[in-house]
Amino acid sequence: MRGQRLGWAPYALLLPTLAFLAVFFAMPMVRALGLAFRDADGGWSLSSWDTMFGDARFREAMTTTLLLIVVIIPVQFALAMAMALVINARLKFSGLWLYIYAIPLGISELAAGIIWYAIFTQQGWLNSILESVGVLDRPFIFLNYQNQGWLIFCIVMAEAWRATSIIMIILVAGLQGIPRDYFEAADVFGATAWQKVRRVTLPMLRPSVQVALILRTILAFQAFAVVLALAGSGTTVLSAEAYRWYYDIRDSQVAAAYASVILLLSIASTILFLVLLPTREEQMG
Amino acid sequence: MGTRNTGVLRLLPISRRGVIKAGAGAAAFGGLGLRGASMQVSAQDGGEVVFLSTQLGQVTEAEAMRSTILADFEGEVEFITEDLGPFNDRIAAEAQAGSGSVSLIGGQHGDFASFAADGLLMDLSDLATELQDRNFPEQYLELARYGGESLAFIPWMQATYVMAANRSALQYLPEGVDEAALQTSLTYEQLSQWIMAINEAEGPKFGLPVGEMGLYHRFLQGYAYPSFTGGLNTTFTSDAAVGMWQWLQDAWQYANPQSVNYDNLSDPLLTGEISVGWDHTARLINALRENPDNLIAFPAPRGPEGLGFLPVVAGLAIPNTSPNPEGARALIEYLTRPEVQAVTLQQVAFFPVVEGELPEDLGAGVQAEVAAVQATTSDPAALQSLLPVGLGEQGGAYNDVFKATFRAIVLDGSDDIPGVLAEQAVNLQAVLDTAGAACWTPDPASDGVCQVGSGGAATPVS
Amino acid sequence: MTVSTRELANNRVVEMETAASGRRARARRKRIGRAMTYVAAVLLAFWVLAPIYLITITAFSPRSIVYGYPKDLIPTEFSTETMDFFVNATGVQAALLRSLIVAVVTLVLSTIIGAPAGYAISRFVFKGRDAFRLIVLSTRAFPIVILSIPLAVTFIQWGIYDSIWSVALMHTALALPFTVLITSSIFVSVPRDLEEAALTLGCTPASAFMKVVLPLALPGLAAASIFTFVLSWNEVFAAVILTLRERTLPALILSQLNDSPIPFRFAAAWFLMAPSLVFIFVIRKYLLGLWGRVSR
Repeated sequence: MRGQRLGWAPYALLLPTLAFLAVFFAMPMVRALGLAFRDADGGWSLSSWDTMFGDARFREAMTTTLLLIVVIIPVQFALAMAMALVINARLKFSGLWLYIYAIPLGISELAAGIIWYAIFTQQGWLNSILESVGVLDRPFIFLNYQNQGWLIFCIVMAEAWRATSIIMIILVAGLQGIPRDYFEAADVFGATAWQKVRRVTLPMLRPSVQVALILRTILAFQAFAVVLALAGSGTTVLSAEAYRWYYDIRDSQVAAAYASVILLLSIASTILFLVLLPTREEQMG
Repeated sequence: MGTRNTGVLRLLPISRRGVIKAGAGAAAFGGLGLRGASMQVSAQDGGEVVFLSTQLGQVTEAEAMRSTILADFEGEVEFITEDLGPFNDRIAAEAQAGSGSVSLIGGQHGDFASFAADGLLMDLSDLATELQDRNFPEQYLELARYGGESLAFIPWMQATYVMAANRSALQYLPEGVDEAALQTSLTYEQLSQWIMAINEAEGPKFGLPVGEMGLYHRFLQGYAYPSFTGGLNTTFTSDAAVGMWQWLQDAWQYANPQSVNYDNLSDPLLTGEISVGWDHTARLINALRENPDNLIAFPAPRGPEGLGFLPVVAGLAIPNTSPNPEGARALIEYLTRPEVQAVTLQQVAFFPVVEGELPEDLGAGVQAEVAAVQATTSDPAALQSLLPVGLGEQGGAYNDVFKATFRAIVLDGSDDIPGVLAEQAVNLQAVLDTAGAACWTPDPASDGVCQVGSGGAATPVS
Repeated sequence: MTVSTRELANNRVVEMETAASGRRARARRKRIGRAMTYVAAVLLAFWVLAPIYLITITAFSPRSIVYGYPKDLIPTEFSTETMDFFVNATGVQAALLRSLIVAVVTLVLSTIIGAPAGYAISRFVFKGRDAFRLIVLSTRAFPIVILSIPLAVTFIQWGIYDSIWSVALMHTALALPFTVLITSSIFVSVPRDLEEAALTLGCTPASAFMKVVLPLALPGLAAASIFTFVLSWNEVFAAVILTLRERTLPALILSQLNDSPIPFRFAAAWFLMAPSLVFIFVIRKYLLGLWGRVSR
């Protein structure tokens, strides 16, 4: 289209970004990946992969990471969708609702981990509340490694609280891009609220959902401060293992192997979402 | 009281070479000349001593260090703390670059091993001679030589591990054990009876610092293993070790499962999530200070082979790349003055490595710890271990073997303890081989690399 | 819940009876639906705000209450004891200042570098556009912790290790993908017609951009900057690895967290969280514009 007229211009505009990313992303990434395939003496080797696969915590890290993602993402989408629909309903104080729902967007993993620890720890807020209303007569230990179900529940709650905002905003923006006529047409045909969501909203939201899914999943693979704060050494995730191998065990090769696994999983999940949720543009070629 | 404590704080059973008298003052003045020199040197490069430490990293400790302990030093000090990983990176990077910004480093003696082996640290033998009147324990100086001639560090302070409990838990003590007996005769068996009784009445309230940053591997290395087996690496897979793990597996039923979240036990002791626990003196002091009326400190229990305990010695070293070695030497002189050592004890609960009188007003919390440590070291059954020696970079991997074993046997509750031990023994030997480390106390000295074993004939009986 | 479903079901029956009452019923159904939406809105707001409330009263309680149990939902005693200790602890204020500088440098750098790319994606159709977007997005797939290790070596060689500049460069690299995507969505929202009108009126592309596009995009860009600012403010792992003395605030907190007493941790968490209340408030009107069209 019009771009042809200035054939070189877009590339010139991209150049600074590409150059910067090359120096500060691509180069260190290649070097880090190189680490994963070398041994301590610098020769090519798969020994760090052996160490990683042989480590007792690798399987736990892998299953917990995947389990968390599989549980957290639907929960977050449900919550984000609820928030988005509330905002799109144009209630009074719509700016206020948007503001409140968006607050966690600016809250770091570190802070969120500590905040939810204060809630879930044995002598914490949740037990205080449950005891004061008479549900419990002795504090319940939520953060109990022997009860992975509760542990996962706590992590899911904290992550859902912290990282739903970004999905909500992408969805709200997507919703507002849907022409009102569609809903009015649905009204005319007597569609129920649920039918409207299923037949109009969700299909129209597909591109937003796709982006939100990709972004959220990539970031979820890297999150571990919340897991560390709530589960301690009671469970572990891949990124926490990368950190542990780098910091505690001082083996950057194995740490790099973990990083490579995370990278692979991120790429795989991105492709999965691109294939599972083709946007119309892609469907049409 | 001050006099009674003199010398008792030595965790190592060393011969007493004369209690310090007017020596403290003399030392202080002796240091002046040094300091004057350092002031001139430092004036040229900003006058600052950058002091990087793996110790006293906790915020209240660092705060006490900056505002109180270092307050009377005549030069300017920037005290920074760092976890061991980044600490190693930084020193290695500075050595590689051939110039640095860190003038003085502080850490546990194990933290310096790889630097000493690579010759990155200045020989401080002459400084030790100048500071002769400090009467550093000879064994600590020996540690600082890492088997060579050069003195890699000057002893700075020491610590150990004790148990703490809430008085409310004393009612559940097994028959024949009272508060006084806790100080002198508690056994591992009685401990598990005790925490079982607490569990029945109030829920699981025993605690170990099993968090990601917790020091529970030291409990295994310096307490459980020596107490049950009399050794560590050489008895790793012994029958006695199997018995020890069985005890731990059993006791763990009465431990708060949130222990996996505890990096230190001060907080859970204060909140009441646990009522009995074992941790580093510096990590318990917060609780003992905050609530001295309800919390008590006492020695770790004793096992069949004795009362295993682990003193931790921290030292001060000067990297070759130090931009201000004179300032660093002056700071070492300052920090090892008896009166500064006393303030260090009072403020951060790290014990002196020099002889001297303690102030009367240690505060109830520190006093409780002093008593517990005193009871430990003076116990006839005391069986002292050393922190791992000569592991260098492998220190993390070494600890990880113990953590992995703990995870498999205690957390995951494996019913094949010998199997787990056999499996982990291979990993343990691999770590020792990589590091080329000889055995250290409580294992008997070895000629070559320390061999992981099942005790047998070589089992040391101390 | 059951009542309202039954009501809805009843409504449908009534609806079929007469058209007139059907209209009334639909109006009623709408009213009920609206009321339920309000309930949902309040519940969701409660879900977001409750933890913020809890950490706030924890951070401003005396230590004895923080350690106490059970805790009172209505604070009985207000105290700045812990907060004072936190704020006045050595290094906190200096680290705060550094965090601010790093964040400002990051947002300036990432805007200068990334906005042109964002403009290019939004205005031109060119070969490799989608590939570029994918590349930019995929850079975020690599764990920061590991990325920081080789970068630390590079920065040591450049002599900027352990300085706010190394952190700012790293943060710029982290923020850049978002800056590119967000700015492109901002430029999309500036009508192309206006820019073309300027071109036909004799402006060069550059001056058309300066005189027409930029002023219109400026509020959005400002909001995007705040977003970048927040990203830098919160980033901790790269900062921990790349600094030693020149700690940013989160890095300082993380490095002291392990065995700090819990009141200190709670105060730190509150302190890290509080600015987001302000930042998000400032940019709330632009949030949708920023993120909305990222998906297109």
